[in-house]
Amino acid sequence: MSEPSDRLKKDLTRHFKERVIEAVLFLAAFVSVFTTTAIVYILVSESWVFFQHVPLTDFLFDTQWTPLFDDAHYGIMVLLSGTITSSAVAVLVAIPLGTLIAIYLSEFAPFSVREVAKPFLELLGGIPTIIYGYFALLFLTPLLQKIYPDLPGFNLLSAGIVMGIMIIPYVASLSEDAMRAVPMALREGSYATGATRLQTALRVVVPSAISGIASAYILGISRAVGETMILAVAGGMQPNLTFNPAQPGATITSFIVQVALGDLPHGSIGYQTIFAAGLMLMLLTLVFNLIGFYMRKKYREAY
Amino acid sequence: MNSITNEAPLKAEARNLSFYYGNFQALKNINMPIYEKKVTSLIGPSGCGKSTYLRCFNRMHDLYPGNRYEGAIDFHPDHTDLLSKKVDPIEVRMRISMVFQKPNPFPKSIYENVAYGLRVRGESARSVIDDKVEAALRGAALWGEVKDRLKELGANLSGGQQQRLCIARALATDPELMLFDEPTSALDPIATASIEELISELKEKVTILIVTHNMQQAARISDYTAYMYIGEMVEFGVTDQIFIKPKRKETEDYITGRFG
Repeated sequence: MSEPSDRLKKDLTRHFKERVIEAVLFLAAFVSVFTTTAIVYILVSESWVFFQHVPLTDFLFDTQWTPLFDDAHYGIMVLLSGTITSSAVAVLVAIPLGTLIAIYLSEFAPFSVREVAKPFLELLGGIPTIIYGYFALLFLTPLLQKIYPDLPGFNLLSAGIVMGIMIIPYVASLSEDAMRAVPMALREGSYATGATRLQTALRVVVPSAISGIASAYILGISRAVGETMILAVAGGMQPNLTFNPAQPGATITSFIVQVALGDLPHGSIGYQTIFAAGLMLMLLTLVFNLIGFYMRKKYREAY
Repeated sequence: MNSITNEAPLKAEARNLSFYYGNFQALKNINMPIYEKKVTSLIGPSGCGKSTYLRCFNRMHDLYPGNRYEGAIDFHPDHTDLLSKKVDPIEVRMRISMVFQKPNPFPKSIYENVAYGLRVRGESARSVIDDKVEAALRGAALWGEVKDRLKELGANLSGGQQQRLCIARALATDPELMLFDEPTSALDPIATASIEELISELKEKVTILIVTHNMQQAARISDYTAYMYIGEMVEFGVTDQIFIKPKRKETEDYITGRFG
């Protein structure tokens, strides 16, 4: 066979353009993979240096966190307890309220109410966290002190409640999206058996949307665990091994802020602790993401 | 409207029924009897209002804003107008159940799908629910296939089984009238045959009103047939009469395939 005719020959310009576009798209996708890998690499390698000086058992089981003192202790439990306590308070506020709001907006609210309420709700998520922090410190804490006078000025309770308010929009908005995606045919099937609106919402719509709702919860919890500013402002930044929200406490994130703002020499063990703490935080959110992934698979939409 | 003598008592009767989606009049002054423990089918071309008419009986239109009924559906033995503002649509649906075009099992187990209507009615006694679920599944000719897998998700069943599951769900609450909205249009011929057979058995116990786009189906399973066209009831009569000797020219044209 002879050479292909001019009309059937490979168009080199087109070929070249296609390859360039492919390369650009690959680079764009690669940026996110590269960033994640780089973050993990830095966290692990810096933590490695830290764990050369501090045994892992001390890190996990010591009950004191005093890396900046002469008598240094590195018990991450202390910071973890602050993170868990404040996140638990936030979740206890955000999940019930967020779910109720989502059920109302999706199943009960007339069109006009939903059109007004949803943007306002989403606006709540756009407020800078520093403002939430001072809202907790200067408004909510004094308010709570009227009810419970022994409450210290810095405490995990008011930080946690405000953090809960902050994540309500995430929980409510994503849950509502999941519920609205439930086909009308399922609702009609429920109404046709004589079910009320509430029965339809709770027994058919919520179970049908459970995987989306679970993702919303997980995202909300991840936000709470990673939240920094509110806790740095209103939580007290005092390492305190307690699960009592009515006490001040430091969380992993607020400790990192404290050290990063301070004047610790780069490379000292004190400075190195923030990487170990950061690694801990990342593992924690990773666990939540895995739970979310598992729940999505297990309760995938069955309609 | 028709001069057939029949011994069957009335279950319901539409009187001057009109229905509006907003400003659009979808049903025009319909008068039609529904006889007790008979199968009545509604036929007509797409968009003629047969589903709209069907959904008046269990007040499904109340779920959406802007819908309006005029006229009445007299429901026996109460002699109550189903469309009256004083009638609670939930109470109506407690006595009139419905099977939809596409099988719509809830994301629950087979057992819970059938038990749904009972639970909604506040029934919680395990033994009562067990009995009624079994009876409904038997009634829907599904018991033999699912009795060992009641805990499995309803969505795991085949399309025809899902539709029979939905029939069992509609049956479990002992309805007086069952509405079928093109129940076989999403099913293959074998599943369709089993649903048709089922409907013929169900009329021993319950009155059936069925919308179908399939004239052969109407001829096979129904005792009475109504032909509808653009929101109007063109002709109502005994099925054989409608298919063999329709009185109206329009009905004949539709049935013989000259139109529609």
